[in-house]
Amino acid sequence: MARLTAGIATSHVPLIGVAIDQGKTEEDYFKPIFAGYEWTKEWIRKPENKPDVVILVYNDHASAFDMNLIPTFAIGCAEEFEPADEGWGPRPVPVVKNDADFAWHIAQSLIIDEFDMTIINKMDVDHGLTVPLSAMFGQPDAWPVKVVPIAVNVVTYPVPSGERCWKLGEAIARAVADYPEDLNVQIWGTGGMSHQLQGPRAGLINQEWDQKFLDDLTADPQRLRSIEAIEYLRETGSEGIEMVMWLIMRGALQGDVRELHRHYHVPASNTALGHIVLENA
Amino acid sequence: MHRSVSDYMSEFDDIPGTRVYTTRRARQGYWLNQFCMSLMKPENRERWRADEAAYLADWKLTDAQKEAVLARDYNRLLDLGGNIYYLAKLFSTDGQSFVQAVSTMTGMSVEDYKAMMMAGGRSPDGVRSIREGT
Repeated sequence: MARLTAGIATSHVPLIGVAIDQGKTEEDYFKPIFAGYEWTKEWIRKPENKPDVVILVYNDHASAFDMNLIPTFAIGCAEEFEPADEGWGPRPVPVVKNDADFAWHIAQSLIIDEFDMTIINKMDVDHGLTVPLSAMFGQPDAWPVKVVPIAVNVVTYPVPSGERCWKLGEAIARAVADYPEDLNVQIWGTGGMSHQLQGPRAGLINQEWDQKFLDDLTADPQRLRSIEAIEYLRETGSEGIEMVMWLIMRGALQGDVRELHRHYHVPASNTALGHIVLENA
Repeated sequence: MHRSVSDYMSEFDDIPGTRVYTTRRARQGYWLNQFCMSLMKPENRERWRADEAAYLADWKLTDAQKEAVLARDYNRLLDLGGNIYYLAKLFSTDGQSFVQAVSTMTGMSVEDYKAMMMAGGRSPDGVRSIREGT
């Protein structure tokens, strides 16, 4: 039976990808950013921790989906996904390989479980998905894990609520538990933390709010479920709403979880970078 | 529990210096954003760089949108229905980073903006709500 063993959250700031791709990780600006991933890189390499498959929750930043198609929740079911050209050429990273049998299983299970997923075959994946892989695995010739992409609309409002995201996470956990193959599965929630990329208020960062959010992933996760979109917008900037995707990860873990590692650094580009590793207690 | 669209949307206009990308803006900015998407193809970027005005002539943008695109007036583009992730294709084609492009919307120089970020970013105090002034 497939086992959901851990949850990881991380920001997916494009600049992190740029720094890795251009060999800048040792520069003063980037050193503290990458130092916080060293623990996780060691941890995830160990055979007992290394997942076979990562269910990777992210948002597409107008790369695969344009204004013609805005799925609230989508799941990638193709065999593989190419890195997207976001305006400066595709990132020089490996093609992302899916576990398509598992992805189709999850898609079916979620729909039967009343989550009306959009099923995607042809899809290029942008920094939202590839930057977390680079942060955790560096620059391998091939990604060491299979990836099931789950894309969430957090761009065009209304976006799904934190509560809905949490429940999707729970439904994903049921889908994993219902898969007969013996797989070590992790779920990653990406994006955030506080940041605003638009308008005169751009550059907003709220460290206090972010730290409380990180604390409550273990201390009081129920509080996080009911945070409204307007609170994310006011307190954490217009793009801080991405943190609802962390709640899909947290909802999937269920019950008590233990925090294994945390990293928080300001700034990474316009963003408060957050990263946490959780496992079921 | 049903919640009305107007109740949900009403508070979004109360955030200072912020244009939440609502469905109203998405409709208004459809062609503007689709034009930006076209710059994801290298051959289109080349044609765009060769003659921006001629390139824009093929797209159903309003005159105001076209002017704002040519002027790289990103706040105006947000007002006219642009979304930052679409506009990113435009500033990326210009070779600008997110920090460089985003700073132009704040009335700060890019150096001052970077210094603000290095010092911990913009505080939410005073810019949470227009109505409450908090």
